[in-house]
Amino acid sequence: MKKNTLLALGIASALSLATASAVRAADAHAPQPPRQSWSFSGPLGKFDKAQLQRGLKVYREVCQACHSMNLVAFRTLGQPGALGFTEGQIKTIAGEYQITDGPNDSGEMFQRPGRPSDYFPPIYPNEQAARATHNGALPVDLSVIAKARTYEVGFPGFLIDIVRQYQENGVDYIHALLTGYSEPPAGETLGPGQHWNKFFPGHKIAMTPPLDKDRVEYTDGTPQTVDQYARDVTAFLMWAAEPHLESRKRIGFQVMIFLIVFAGLAYFTKKKVWANAH
Amino acid sequence: MNGEQPTRRDFLYIATGAVGAVGAAAAAWPLIHQMNPDASVQALASTEVDLTPVKEGQIITVKWRGKPVFISHRTKKEIEEAVKTPLRDLPDPQTDESRVKKGKEQWLVVIGVCTHLGCVPLGHQGDYHGWFCPCHGSHYDTSGRIRKGPAPLNLEVPPYEFASDTMVRIG
Amino acid sequence: MSGPSNFQPKSPILQWTERRLPVLGLMHSSFVAYPTPRNLNYWWTFGGILSFCLAVQIITGIVLAMHYTPTVAGAFKSVEHIMRDVNYGWLLRYVHANGASMFFIAVYIHIFRGLYYGSYKEPREILWILGVIIFLLMMATAFMGYVLPWGQMSFWGATVITNLFSAIPGVGQKIVELLWGGYSVDQPTLQRFFSLHYLLPFMIAGVVVLHVWALHEVGQNNPAGIDVKSDKDTVPFTPYATAKDNFAMVCFMIFFAWFVFYIPNYLGHADNYIPANPLQTPTHIVPEWYFLPFYAILRAIPSKLGGVLAMFGSIALLAFLPWLDRSKIRSARYRPLFRQFFWIFVITCVGLGWLGAKPAEGGYVIASRILTAWYFLHFLVVLPLLSYYERPKPLPASIAESVLGNQPMAPANVKGSS
Repeated sequence: MKKNTLLALGIASALSLATASAVRAADAHAPQPPRQSWSFSGPLGKFDKAQLQRGLKVYREVCQACHSMNLVAFRTLGQPGALGFTEGQIKTIAGEYQITDGPNDSGEMFQRPGRPSDYFPPIYPNEQAARATHNGALPVDLSVIAKARTYEVGFPGFLIDIVRQYQENGVDYIHALLTGYSEPPAGETLGPGQHWNKFFPGHKIAMTPPLDKDRVEYTDGTPQTVDQYARDVTAFLMWAAEPHLESRKRIGFQVMIFLIVFAGLAYFTKKKVWANAH
Repeated sequence: MNGEQPTRRDFLYIATGAVGAVGAAAAAWPLIHQMNPDASVQALASTEVDLTPVKEGQIITVKWRGKPVFISHRTKKEIEEAVKTPLRDLPDPQTDESRVKKGKEQWLVVIGVCTHLGCVPLGHQGDYHGWFCPCHGSHYDTSGRIRKGPAPLNLEVPPYEFASDTMVRIG
Repeated sequence: MSGPSNFQPKSPILQWTERRLPVLGLMHSSFVAYPTPRNLNYWWTFGGILSFCLAVQIITGIVLAMHYTPTVAGAFKSVEHIMRDVNYGWLLRYVHANGASMFFIAVYIHIFRGLYYGSYKEPREILWILGVIIFLLMMATAFMGYVLPWGQMSFWGATVITNLFSAIPGVGQKIVELLWGGYSVDQPTLQRFFSLHYLLPFMIAGVVVLHVWALHEVGQNNPAGIDVKSDKDTVPFTPYATAKDNFAMVCFMIFFAWFVFYIPNYLGHADNYIPANPLQTPTHIVPEWYFLPFYAILRAIPSKLGGVLAMFGSIALLAFLPWLDRSKIRSARYRPLFRQFFWIFVITCVGLGWLGAKPAEGGYVIASRILTAWYFLHFLVVLPLLSYYERPKPLPASIAESVLGNQPMAPANVKGSS
């Protein structure tokens, strides 16, 4: 086939495979969240450890009032590519949580301080209890939230994203959501326990605006603004959802170098082999 | 084909083959390494046991890393028996002293897995009043040392420490 | 399998073995001495790439099954356990998940290559039908695999697809309950899907053996679409085809690795990171990209049974292709009209894929209906008519000639050639 065949097929397959990922997470009326610059995006992206630590602080002092993070174990806070905590710091953090353990010898469940091997404990005993406290709304678990949210990227953006390796849609959305509260526009009425959010599909969200200026104290001089809090906690949630992101990108880089070298050798081998066939 | 070309070509083939082999080997590693204990398994490697309810002369079994661990609250007589045994009578010579914590000689903590083929020995049984393995007839004494039968080694002492007088942390 | 097999190992031990089980001779005749047309282009490397994909899926799948738990309560967690705690678990899962997409990219290229060059025509009908069977098995395997993480898309995808069978008049509901093992998609469904997801790849491997066997019996088609006439037309599989396949495969791996390491969730759905909830359907249910064209056909028909029939029919139709396209000329190179219709068909399929991802409303539905109609018209009307009315271009006298660029022969006789 001709060269344009290759091009056409390439576009064709890219088109069809990419449409799937352009799932319409946001309603048509919700605007597309603005793209942020994240330290962990791109082929050489890395987490900013200080940012993750601040994010954890925001999570623990704000989000954790309602949202659990059941799939994340304390021990992982210190693993390579994570928050950079020492074993001692992790023990201290874990020890500040009460974990239900048991049954003991008399058959009773009991509470004990957390250990590094424990997971962030549930906030509510069950879903019904959570809904009962929140007007019927369920505060979702945040363990993989950064991968569980996205927004639609129209044509041709979704194709460009393949080349750009852009996969930060989830964190863009969360950052936008956390900073997207406002008064409802004229003509819109909110039900009890509802709030207006520009980026939430349908706009009426049960979550109260979680962040205020100076709500969480930063000791490293980082500005204590809503935008900064949202940025930090979102980065932390990305780590929580993808704790091996750094090693994935690092190994990916090595694999790419290897494959390109191998492809070069394979190409010249092929050329040599075929040299005497024509 | 002229004289010099084959060598250049051979080199190319060998280089391609070698790089391919390296790649295959590198790809095989994750497939093998995934079978090793994972991070959550490694993290659960310690167990705390409250010793208050364990009476003298009693052996309790607790689980550590999926295996039984015997905690024996030994009587004076049992300790004496273990201490007195001359080392030359032991297939795997070890003093009782080296198998317990100083000042806590009444507590013997051993992994309850027969060193022969991995069965769980029965407590307070056998010719030496320690443990007896029903699978192939190995006899252990009150220090968990092998005395008779096919097992080659003493019952293993796991790493442990006393967190307090009545609390032991295994692992 | 065909090919000259006077293979004689040098080592006496191997000679001893060879006399009792001539497996080396079989390997030699199939993958070393096997004559391949010398004019094969890179579109022919996808057979090898597909074998690679199948191997990757089976190996990573076996490994993942060592850590996965097929229970409603444990599936999502065990997948996250793989992602977080298992050594290189994230790598294995991302390779497996993206591997499915890569497999389909390769298989679609392979199928369209067959369509373009007429690889389904006499004497390759069985070879082609075996390919259609592999494609069906792949779809079943991929569908069941996508259910296993037990996210929202897993659950609702399973619900929607199994409900297709409820369209069968009379016994539909009974069949669906049989598939589910209950009255909804639940634990029994998940567990049997896991079992079958493990089984089917080995069945695919079995059919692949038949596919390769049939291929080696009738010989490969080639871009000129003419038969091999002399030794000059072919080169031995090794080193020629192997060197070329190897290069193509490494290039494919670069593409594969790009997704695995840098955008591993690009081809997936964000909703599948939400644990399955039988009480709440996601706002937009979309199947994996490789099912989208068929999903669009399903939704284009305004009747439940009709939609299901059209969808399955669109795949089943492929099996009849050798008898729908009666032209004796294989390659589209020498069929100017067919070539144009081929590209229209490609655009139709891509268009259906795009529409499959769109909501079933307004203009999208109308567009889906037009393209669905064209999909069927292409096979049922265009191809049979083209066989009779198209004037093909002159064929080269031989494969060697088509490569070495000699003057083509006088215009070939349509009915008599091949």
